[in-house]
Amino acid sequence: MKALTHTCYMTVRHLRNLARQPLYVMFTIVQPVIWLVLFGQLFKNVVRIPGFGAHAYVDFLTPGVVIMTVLFGSGWSGLGIIRDLDLGVMDRFLVSPVSRLALVTGRLAQLSIVAVIQSVLIIILGVLLGARIPGGITGVLALIGCAVLLALPIGSLSCGMALVTRKEETVIGAANFILLPLTFLSSVFMPPNLLPTWLLDLARFNPVEWAVEAARAALDAHADWTVILPHVALLVAFAVVTAGLATRAFRAYQRSV
Amino acid sequence: MTVIDDRDSARSDGQPARQESWAIEATNLIKTYPGDVRALDGLSLHVPAGTIFGLLGPNGAGKSTTVKILTTLSRADSGEARVAGIDVLREPARVRWAIGCVGQRSGVDSAATGRENLALQGRVFGLRGAELRHRVNVLLERFNLTQAADRITRTYSGGMQRKLDVALGLIHDPEVLFLDEPTTGLDPEARADMWKEILRLAHEEGITILLTTHYLEEADRLAKRLAIIDRGRVVAEGSPEELKSELRGDTVHIELLNAEDVEKAHGVLGRLEELREPAREGNLLRARADRGATTVPVALAALESSGVKVASVTVARPSLEDVYLRHAGRAFREADEGGKR
Repeated sequence: MKALTHTCYMTVRHLRNLARQPLYVMFTIVQPVIWLVLFGQLFKNVVRIPGFGAHAYVDFLTPGVVIMTVLFGSGWSGLGIIRDLDLGVMDRFLVSPVSRLALVTGRLAQLSIVAVIQSVLIIILGVLLGARIPGGITGVLALIGCAVLLALPIGSLSCGMALVTRKEETVIGAANFILLPLTFLSSVFMPPNLLPTWLLDLARFNPVEWAVEAARAALDAHADWTVILPHVALLVAFAVVTAGLATRAFRAYQRSV
Repeated sequence: MTVIDDRDSARSDGQPARQESWAIEATNLIKTYPGDVRALDGLSLHVPAGTIFGLLGPNGAGKSTTVKILTTLSRADSGEARVAGIDVLREPARVRWAIGCVGQRSGVDSAATGRENLALQGRVFGLRGAELRHRVNVLLERFNLTQAADRITRTYSGGMQRKLDVALGLIHDPEVLFLDEPTTGLDPEARADMWKEILRLAHEEGITILLTTHYLEEADRLAKRLAIIDRGRVVAEGSPEELKSELRGDTVHIELLNAEDVEKAHGVLGRLEELREPAREGNLLRARADRGATTVPVALAALESSGVKVASVTVARPSLEDVYLRHAGRAFREADEGGKR
């Protein structure tokens, strides 16, 4: 109970601090627009490649951009922890009766809320650009669910990394090093049947691929639950494991003070 | 007739008798950080309730580590500590309700307003609704932050941020307040302000305050009792007056014209019976004498006969710095340079 109310307090704090950075908020909105419009135009003709499967590239690209945007947003979330560590805010909370769990779950809750808002905005934009969503409202909800299920583990990893290294540069470096390859080692921009076999083999271990595959399957007119459920299960398992890692990182930080 | 309880008053380990009135008691705290850095090496402390207690020492002496352990932020490897009568190692969660902490670094969330900072801190301590609003307003008023309450704290001056820090530590009316270097980096005016507030908290509200500082003047001014710590141990403990009066006589400071002569002069002074504990620092020599006025001519004559040129001589009553020198054997500046943590 205390963990829940304290998580709410922390979530409000993080959302408020975020809203006070209008430039940052603008970038998080503008960036997916650029992805969607730019890549949509750039790769417009790839749908003509035999075997692509979608009618228009924007149909295919919209869920991809949702996943990618949420991936990047959550990958940077550790920077907030570093800020709290540097400011001494973390230590102030640790000598108060605040729920320890809330110090991480508050951040993950904020990430999830931001992920939902971003997803909705991108889907609306995609539809405006002509994307069709045969899966309807269920498909959209499943897509948003997949986005959140990706945000949680990536956010946990980023926070864990921040607690262990305590250096802004390291978190930025690691995010840069990992996030882009994760995006390109998946079917965010290209359908799996057009990807080289070696890449597909790697993609099987890629959480971004799990999210994208599940989301696209849910958006189909006839949602294939045999594709969706295993991928969702993998994402949930990944979230559980990374939450455990984040908790350990948190304990390690407490021991080192 | 007085009844004496032997069990308490006649302890063989030399520690003060256990009383209910200790707000903080620490016994034999040991803390080692990775890389074999021994931050605390058997530190013991006893702070009477309702007083200001100063923890004095150079950077790296173990002041902050002591505060971290007593405030439950960090765990000692061994030893015992009780704060407000609660065992720090066994019941850290209960200790947190009884203490307020102002860390060495500010704990203010710079992206939030002063009011938001206080309100969140209050909520964490279970305050709600009208009670919370009232408490926040009272603290804002007391620390002269009402006008700035709804400004983002990034725009606060250093002094205002520090005041907000103290206000955050007081939100739940703690019994014991820890202030880790509360005036470091403040301008003289803000420092004087902070001193006034610290004295008021102890004298009017009866809060026990443990204050760390490396400003001797601050400890002298505020603390009723203090402990000097060095290399993770308490090297002297008592009231500032007690500690000063333990040093018999005066301090003689001799400034040399040429810094190269300092070694030679140190040797010369060391051979004089009238002077004790000669120490050197740059082109300055310092020693203790029972009667400064009669010792100075002797010392000057000895120096002149060995060809050392003297720029100035002063004789002073012992200061807290002399106390420190006596107990830690090195000047603050020197120890600061050697200090790490």
